[in-house]
This record gives sequence, C-alpha cells and structure tokens, in this order.
Amino acid sequence: MPQRLTKTANEVFAEAMRQINPDVVAAYPITPATEVVQIFSQFVADGKVKTEFVAVESEHSAMSACIGASACGVRTLTGTSSQGLAYMWEMLYIASGLRLPIVMAVVNRALSSPINIHCDHSDTMGARDCGWIQIFSENVQESYDNFLQAVRIAEHQDVRLPVMVTTDGFILSHCLEVVEVLEDETVRKFIGENPERKSILDVENPFTLGALDLQDYYFEHKRQQAEGMKNSLNLIPLIGKEFGDKFGRYYDFAESYKLDDAEIAIVIMGSTAGTAKDVVDQLRDEGKKVGLLKLRVFRPFPANVIQKALENIKVVGIMDRADSVNAISGPLYPEICTSLYDSDKKPLLVDYIYGLGGREVREEDIQLVFSELFNILKTGKTYNLKYIGVRE
Amino acid sequence: MPTLKDLSKREERFVSGHRLCPGCGAAIVVKLVLSAIEKPVVVGCATGCLEVASTIFPFSSWTSPFIHSAFENVAATMSGVEPAYRSLKKQGKMDKDIVFVAFGGDGGTYDIGLQSLSGAAERGHKIIYICYNNQAYMNTGIQRSGATPKGASTSTSPAGKVIPGKVQFQKDLTEIMVAHEVPYVATSIIGRWNDLVSKVEKASKTDGFSFINVLSPCRLGWPHDPVLTLEITRVAADTCVWPVYEVVNGKYKITYKPKEKKPITEWLKMQGRFAHLLKPENESLLKSIQDEVDRKWEILLKKSE
Repeated sequence: MPQRLTKTANEVFAEAMRQINPDVVAAYPITPATEVVQIFSQFVADGKVKTEFVAVESEHSAMSACIGASACGVRTLTGTSSQGLAYMWEMLYIASGLRLPIVMAVVNRALSSPINIHCDHSDTMGARDCGWIQIFSENVQESYDNFLQAVRIAEHQDVRLPVMVTTDGFILSHCLEVVEVLEDETVRKFIGENPERKSILDVENPFTLGALDLQDYYFEHKRQQAEGMKNSLNLIPLIGKEFGDKFGRYYDFAESYKLDDAEIAIVIMGSTAGTAKDVVDQLRDEGKKVGLLKLRVFRPFPANVIQKALENIKVVGIMDRADSVNAISGPLYPEICTSLYDSDKKPLLVDYIYGLGGREVREEDIQLVFSELFNILKTGKTYNLKYIGVRE
Repeated sequence: MPTLKDLSKREERFVSGHRLCPGCGAAIVVKLVLSAIEKPVVVGCATGCLEVASTIFPFSSWTSPFIHSAFENVAATMSGVEPAYRSLKKQGKMDKDIVFVAFGGDGGTYDIGLQSLSGAAERGHKIIYICYNNQAYMNTGIQRSGATPKGASTSTSPAGKVIPGKVQFQKDLTEIMVAHEVPYVATSIIGRWNDLVSKVEKASKTDGFSFINVLSPCRLGWPHDPVLTLEITRVAADTCVWPVYEVVNGKYKITYKPKEKKPITEWLKMQGRFAHLLKPENESLLKSIQDEVDRKWEILLKKSE
C-alpha cells in the first residue's frame, strides 16, 4: 500500500532517489536544494542504497562526474539549484549531446545578481536550450511523481536525453504537504531495470566517446539529438498515462483547468498554479468564464497541445516567473506566441512577469491579472508586458 | 620493470593515424604511459591537442575505451567513471580489473582544471592523472599558462621591446599535488622512457590517486627541431630546470640526479621561445632564472635526503 506522509519536495526527491536506488549520485550542496543530497547521503551512510555517492567539489564537477558515470551505462542522478545549475551550464549541453539519461532534481531559485536564494524560474529557463527535458511541478506530490517518471523518459531508447525535474525553491522544497509515497517495490517495478547501453567500461568493445566532430559530422549528431527530443513528445504522455493507470494520478504536457468555455485564461508553471486555481474558482463562482493552463513540460515544448488548449480563448495572460531582460517579454511568452501563430483564431496575448526572487504571489496579484485581462477583453486595447507585484 | 622488448610486445593502445605533429611529446607520453600498464585501461582526456588530434570522428587512435567531455574537468569526469566501476564491482556486475588513466595538458591541469584535479585527489579516486606538460596553451596557439616558465615568449606573453616574455615563474603544481598528500606524485620526462614507465607501473599499483607531471616538448610552441624532442627533455633534467623525482606516501626521492648540473643556457638555447634571454640586455633576467632553478633544486635535494 502506498503511504500517506507529510513531506517537503526536497524530502520526496531524496525519497524517490532512494527508491530508484541509482548506481551513482554526484552532487554539491546549494540552497535550497542542499537537503536533497544531504538526506540522500544519509541513505548511503546507512546502507539503504547501493549507490556510490560522489561528494564533488563543485556543480561543474557534479555534472562532469554524472557524465562520466552515465557513460558507464549506470543509473545516475543529481540535484542542484540556481547558481549551481548556472555553473553546470557547459556540462548540461555535453550531457545531452552525449545522449546520457541523467535525471536531475532542480529546485528553482533566482539567479544572481543581486544574490537571492528564493524562488523564481530564471535558473531553469536559462537552461531551456541545453537539450534537457524539463518538467515542472506544482506541488510536492508532483515533484515526487515527476521524478519517478523522469527516469523512464530519460532512459527510453528513442529519447536518451537527460531530464530535469523542477520544484519551486522554499515554496515547495521546504514546505510540508501530505503526499502519497509508493512502496519501494512498486517504484522498482515502474522504473524497471536500467536498460542496457554502450559502456566505456566495456574493455572488450572499446569505443571513443566525446570525439571531435567537425563540419562533416557535428550537424548530423545534433540532428539526431533533436530527433530524440521530438520522440519524447510521444513518450511523455504515454508514461504519464501509465503512471495514472497504475497509481491514480494522471500526467500530461499540461493541465487544463476550467478552460472549456473560458473566455479569459492564464498560462502558468510551478507552484503558483495552485494559488491561481483558487482565484479561478472564485471568479467562476462569480459567473466569470475564466480558466487556467498549467504547463508541466517546458522541454520539449508541446506546441500543438498549447494551440488546442488556447486557441478558443479570447485573451490569454502568460505568467512568466523569469525575465528574459530583452525588452519584449519573459521566456514563456514567445513560446506561446509561436504555438498560436498557425492558428486562425489568435487570442490576444499579454505577458506578466511575477514573483522574481521569491516575491510572494497572493491571490490579489492573480485577481489583478484577471481584471487586466477582462479589461483587454472589454476594450480590445492590449499591451505586451506588465510586471506584477513590484514597486515601480 | 619491463624491458623495451617486453613493451614492444604489449597491445598498442594508441595507434598511428592521429594528427599530432611530428616530434610531438604528447603522443610519446601516451604510448609510454599506456604500455606501462598491463591491466585493461579506460582513458579520460581533457580537451587539448591530444584529444582533438586523436579523435577526429569517425576515427580514433585509442584502442581502449576513451571518454572526453570538456577542457577543465577530466579529473571530475573520471571521478564519475571510477565510482561507476566501483558500484558495479560492489554489485557483482563487473569482473574485470580496470586501471583508469586521465590525460590533461598543462592548461587543463595547472589552470582551468586545477579545481577538479584537486577535488579528485582529495576524494582519493583510484585514477592515474598524467599531465602532459608542454608549458603553454599549444592547442589554441601557444598562449602562456601557469606552467609557462619565466622569460618564455608566448603569443600572450610575447617578448617585446619593454617586456621580455612571461614575467612570472611557473606554478609548482607537482608540489601542490604533494600537498594533497596523495599516495603517489612524480615528475618525469619522455627522454628517459624507463623512468616514466616504472613510475606509471608504480602508480597503477597504488591504492589511491596518483599524479605524474611529464615534460612534453612542443616543437611548434617551444619551438625546437623535432628530432630533438627526447634530447631536449634530458637537457631539462640535466640543467635541473625540470627535476625528475617522485614522492611516495610523502617520501621524496630524486630518480634522476645529473652527474654534473648544467647551466640553464644549455636548455634555453635549444628553444626559440627563449632566444631573447640570451641577449646581453637580459643578463640579469637570465641570472634570476638560474638562481630560481638553483634554489628549487637545493630545496628538493634537502627534501630527498
């Protein structure tokens, strides 16, 4: 029987890692993700896992060591946040380019400068083009469920790409929620045996990994990598459905919340989706036709799903918890625009940048967004971008 | 200690077809190092001349498993490979005994790779780290590194009208590695194959991290006549510019002591990068380099007493 426990996202990441029982974990502490490896290292110290834990001297080396381990064909996990993810940058591209199915817990935190330890999505949004699959979580339960599914997605032979599963720093990483934790045996069966891959420990069948690719091969290899990402579009909903059939919680690229007859909607990622759903409920009670699209998978970007979900909406507010500082918008906005460009029915789109550096997002903030959207619906007058909850 | 004949019978682990220059020290370092190990090896390599010249896809000169990921992190990459191996051993999924060898140039070891090297050494991974030290960033076109000797003219420390080449002495990485208190640290030269081979053999039997700093001439960057590649390293040892020694569990031993210590001009005059040092106006600079070589040699003599 699954257990209902009270846990933080950091705790469930560590718990999922224990249940996955990887061969190697290489990680480095960073607020607010530190607990993940801290708890996990206790599992190692107590002999609860078979894992070799490599307490490296930096995040750059954490990802480098994960690359080395994963190149041996073994299951390899890690976790980080913010500056740590930024410090891994170079190696993130190499992990995906070498097609290594590493799974990483990322606790979303703002990037310096100014230094700040609290939640926004600028760290993972900055890593959006590094060839990793990115799955965002609304709550502690999703953080756990997503992490388990990530192993299946990363290791699938048609995909073979690393996956980062995110949770919101402090808001989820450090807050207790009641979650259902599966039995170890159930997890073991769900993730299955580590599929066999080529290994650089196979001295009988040596090969050179990480060779110099020049004008004559680089492009083909990058093209194959792009195909792996494309293939994940088919796989991710299948895994989400299988997970749902087995454990009752279904997952897809996005969750539509009261969108069917909505005139106004917001698109949102991460923990604020929970607050926003409450606001949608309140507005619905007032008879207003509002809805919400919670995007779970940012990479691959499920453009078709987004188009179908949003094309009948009249005005859409896009909630960006990161700023691209490009004088146009945050990072989610242009992706949504792209998804809707082919549609005949183009909703009006507005970008809202919110919650940077852990700035609290209250129901009033979301209410304000909806009232802005209603105003746009009424007047037809729109704008590109607005910052929410900031003194200016 | 195997003879040359024994070595010649061993499996070739670095085969011809690579694009390293004629007279390049790196290829000789790799051949000697890998021939010294009897067990199967898995090689890691930092970005640099050696890697780009030996793995141009779809070709490879490596007949053993090989991994390259980036420039500054071969020690960290191997810090994942070696635990993966240990994990599989522990689980009974690996029956082979494998020796792990990391190659990095001086740029990837002394400078940008120092952190990952230090971390791997501190954690005590069972890796033999070989620095093929050609004393500058040769792959990108002869820029100065922390390993470049004082006075050397490089493309970023050129000998000009006002500044006579690199201003600083080189970083003493070998002593930094000794300070890590890893079980085996050594320097070597390719001009004395038996010195390098016996050291690698020792390292391969060491339970823990080993570091060997091998002087590896670069005929383009130093530059020198490529037929002198081996000889030039022997002159480096004879002038004590490159002392040849090992430190086993903290105990120093000079493994090659020149019968007669030659003046550094013998070493300098073989290489274009030092040509300006031999001009009369640089006499005091020359003396300061000789004094430093003498000082370091005296310290080493004391340590190995």
